[in-house]
Amino acid sequence: MIPKRDKQAIGQRFLQAFREAGAAEVAPDILLPADTLLDLYGEDIRARAYTSTDPLRGEVMLRPDFTVPVVQMHMANGAEPARYCYLGEVFRKQDPGDERPANPRDNEYLQAGFELFAHDPQADAEVFGLFHRLLAPYRLQAITGDSGLLMDAVRALPLSTARRDALLHHLWRPRRFARLLERFSRPAEARDLPATSVPWAGLRGEDEMQARIDRLLADRDAQPLDPAWIARLERLFAVRAPLPATLAELRGLVGEWTDLGPAVLRIEERMAMLSAQGVVPDAILFDASHGRQTMEYYDGFTFTFVAPDRPAWPPVASGGRYDALTAVLGRGGRAIPAVGGIIRPGLVAELEAA
Amino acid sequence: MIRLGVPSKGRLMEQTFDWFAARGVALSRSGSDREYAGRVQGADGVSLVLLSAGEIPRELAAGRIELGVTGTDLVREKLAGWRSDVVEVAPMGFGHADLILAVPECWRDCEDLDDFASIARDFRAAHGFRLRIATKYHRLVRAWLAHHEVADYQLVDSQGATEGTVANQTAEAVADITSSGETLRANNLKILGAEPILQSQATLFANRAALDDVRPFLAQLGVEA
Repeated sequence: MIPKRDKQAIGQRFLQAFREAGAAEVAPDILLPADTLLDLYGEDIRARAYTSTDPLRGEVMLRPDFTVPVVQMHMANGAEPARYCYLGEVFRKQDPGDERPANPRDNEYLQAGFELFAHDPQADAEVFGLFHRLLAPYRLQAITGDSGLLMDAVRALPLSTARRDALLHHLWRPRRFARLLERFSRPAEARDLPATSVPWAGLRGEDEMQARIDRLLADRDAQPLDPAWIARLERLFAVRAPLPATLAELRGLVGEWTDLGPAVLRIEERMAMLSAQGVVPDAILFDASHGRQTMEYYDGFTFTFVAPDRPAWPPVASGGRYDALTAVLGRGGRAIPAVGGIIRPGLVAELEAA
Repeated sequence: MIRLGVPSKGRLMEQTFDWFAARGVALSRSGSDREYAGRVQGADGVSLVLLSAGEIPRELAAGRIELGVTGTDLVREKLAGWRSDVVEVAPMGFGHADLILAVPECWRDCEDLDDFASIARDFRAAHGFRLRIATKYHRLVRAWLAHHEVADYQLVDSQGATEGTVANQTAEAVADITSSGETLRANNLKILGAEPILQSQATLFANRAALDDVRPFLAQLGVEA
């Protein structure tokens, strides 16, 4: 067991490095109002976060991550560009399901984080370069992805708007996504929805149901999606190799899927910026499906650093671009370009002790 | 001494007594109806503990009773990692009930879970909050919906009169235990999907650590664990 004090000291080292990179330190509350987090993450967060009730404030949560309070703080009084850093505990419970795990995960651990809010094309490379530099001594494997690439790919499918929106919405839920795709590849089935004499009940309006029935009726005329597109999607999702090699593969896909061009160009430009930061692109993996395993609100570049000899470990560091989150949290849906990440000093401490 | 926990009242208690009687063990409440003490005849070293069915899972897991009769729904809902602490010894053939998801019968566009997922997404966009499911089975319902990758919903706690929440507009759907479905129909709700979230029945459970100690008694009852 590594004493907490030692983990704290390693965290302070990262915090100092983040300060030197121009970040202002912030210290968000540990006890957060639950409503915003619940609205964002739904029941998933209630399964993972410790909740309690305050007689005046209602349901509260022990901080499950820093991103939401930092974004809120920035939106309330921040000017761009802004760089923030923090160090503190987050709390995650683990619901074991039917059997108790032999080695339960930590339910309380430190995160040292860095968040950058800026309209700056270099921002992704700045954040990744910083993490890469700080983590270099630990010989971790960096894996990157790009959720924007996946979203552009879905947007480019020859589908009705309703079908496209449904696929986009469930991009982060692979089985539901696959079910939808499978349904769209078959001839549309006419739904028989007989009228009933049951009185209307509940908050969902009759007009809402009618709107959905109209959509289902319109869907009847939809042409099945050409299997060639499904094969292309599968090819795209399976792309995983060192960054330069995947770019060759992605460029090949652009030949038959021109709408992917801009996203692939973004990834290429980002690689050039990373090289300029001293990162060796051949040492970085690009996994096209990486974004599907991350938080739903990461909508661009994503990254994790994993310890190759510790397969049971969670990532030692992770992060990405989350413009979509700022849009949901901002008043009037205004998005602020935002990218950031966290390091787990506790895991770094174990690597240093090994 | 083997402590056997049995629901302290109602049909569940009577049927449990019948089940044991059919296996040569007479259980009875001692003294008046108000007294929660029990008697065991026909088995040595077994004492009867009358408890609320809802408390039996916790008492079993803590090892304060070695055997207990309760619904599989309560064990799975209340004991995280239940298999590590308790053993399902014998389903008893009564107390059948399904945990189901039900929606207003007037939703004629909702026939399966795919429809439900799609409606939840629309509802969230239209109302600015997640579609509410009233239930007291939070863990079971959440795990089931997560398995089916349904998003855009939230659970609201309901410890009673759950079927009324839709009409009262405090929830859009309910997840509850039903045996005949009559209360659901009376409240203009319909059960969604072919498979229930969980099929529950009264079951004899044993504390895992006490398994060796209770084996002779279980053999006497003609059940194996």
